[in-house]
Amino acid sequence: MLRAAAAIVGRDLKLAARGGGGGGLGLLFFLMIVTLVPFAIGPDLALLARIGPAILWLAAVLATLIGLDRLFQADEEDGSLDQMRLAGTPLELIVVAKVVAHWLTTGLPLALAAPLFGLLLALTPEAMAAVTVTLLVGTPALTCVGAVGAGLTAGIRRGGLLLAIIVVPLMVPTLIFGVSATNAALGGPVPFLTPFLVLVALSLLALVAGSVGAAAALRGL
Amino acid sequence: MILDAHDLACRRGGRTVFRHVGFRLAAGEALVVTGDNGAGKSSLIAVVAGLLAPDAGRVSLEGGGGRPLDELIGLVGHRDGLKAQLTAAENLVFARELLGASARPVAEALASVGMSHAADMAVAILSAGQRRRVALARLLACDRPIWLMDEPGAALDAASLRMLAAMMSNHLAAGGIILAATHQPLGLEGARTLRLERPAGAAEPDDPFLEEDWDGELGWPLDAGPAERHADGSRPRTDDPA
Repeated sequence: MLRAAAAIVGRDLKLAARGGGGGGLGLLFFLMIVTLVPFAIGPDLALLARIGPAILWLAAVLATLIGLDRLFQADEEDGSLDQMRLAGTPLELIVVAKVVAHWLTTGLPLALAAPLFGLLLALTPEAMAAVTVTLLVGTPALTCVGAVGAGLTAGIRRGGLLLAIIVVPLMVPTLIFGVSATNAALGGPVPFLTPFLVLVALSLLALVAGSVGAAAALRGL
Repeated sequence: MILDAHDLACRRGGRTVFRHVGFRLAAGEALVVTGDNGAGKSSLIAVVAGLLAPDAGRVSLEGGGGRPLDELIGLVGHRDGLKAQLTAAENLVFARELLGASARPVAEALASVGMSHAADMAVAILSAGQRRRVALARLLACDRPIWLMDEPGAALDAASLRMLAAMMSNHLAAGGIILAATHQPLGLEGARTLRLERPAGAAEPDDPFLEEDWDGELGWPLDAGPAERHADGSRPRTDDPA
């Protein structure tokens, strides 16, 4: 059972490396948004540094949407999903395997690239560290929530926009606590752990609810 | 090992595709499902595979040796289930990890379908018939005794069709079970046949190909809009003798 899940993770990582996935694309999109913001706001370094963590989180939410529409659709189209459903492994576990592989190729690079992109927003080293840690913990929630939308739109051609409309509202709590945990780490009335633990809880909750929800959506295809 | 389908019915999009379909297949037996387009052959395969919930009836297994039905099924659907970016061999290695490996190694499975030369080629550059053969090799490489095949001969040339017939006969001789939906004769000796008919009233009234006296020409101009149809939904037919 776990062997099948491990096989799916390995295969998806291989597919992403062969240029079939959207990992690199998401990272470029992330960079694009972060680059545009200083142009729009102007060279006010103090302002950029203050809103930088929020910009990075916002960019991460949007970049997560890139490639999410293909999460199950690609497997649906070529019949791979039917093969996976015959693996004798619960569909929920297959969804978790797909989500893990997707996060490793999109969410993780986003979090790791955040300090570098923080330079463009004049972030202090502490802010860079805070954004990286919160993104590491929070992006799994974004991917898991997105998986439900990906499952619902797997049978729809050009379902990417519909997917965004479905999942972006559900990503709002993660965004709120991600940004507030980052700000709390940089000093503020709230201790860092309070919003951070809520963020952790959101990720765990999203993993369970997302896998059950996406599996239910895929069964109804 | 006996695969038993009892009084199956299937509805898709609010329409009954088939009903009262049942069969019983013991080890070494094959059933060939035939029928017109839209008669429900693919739906029947999907229902037996557990990919589609039946509207009524059930599919059960007797004597699976402790393995549930869905861990015994090897499927070649109308979509090949291969990843275009991976090579033929990589696809089979993944399938073996996913579905369970048979005693036959990947190289041997590919050789059996005459695809040894393409083992290291990406599936994307293979032809439709070659992909089909790789999908068939998946059945050989995985330990799945019940083969569900949807148009297994599609896109295959004459030599490959003979290979397919031999492959299926070998599987039956080894105690396997085959359920195949097909339009073309598969050359499978001793296989039973199940012909699916559309239930009365399930046919689509607008389908021109359902005219019983259809002579290869459409009975009305192709650009005929709704206005040129009678209010009761029937079509104006100039050549109607009645």
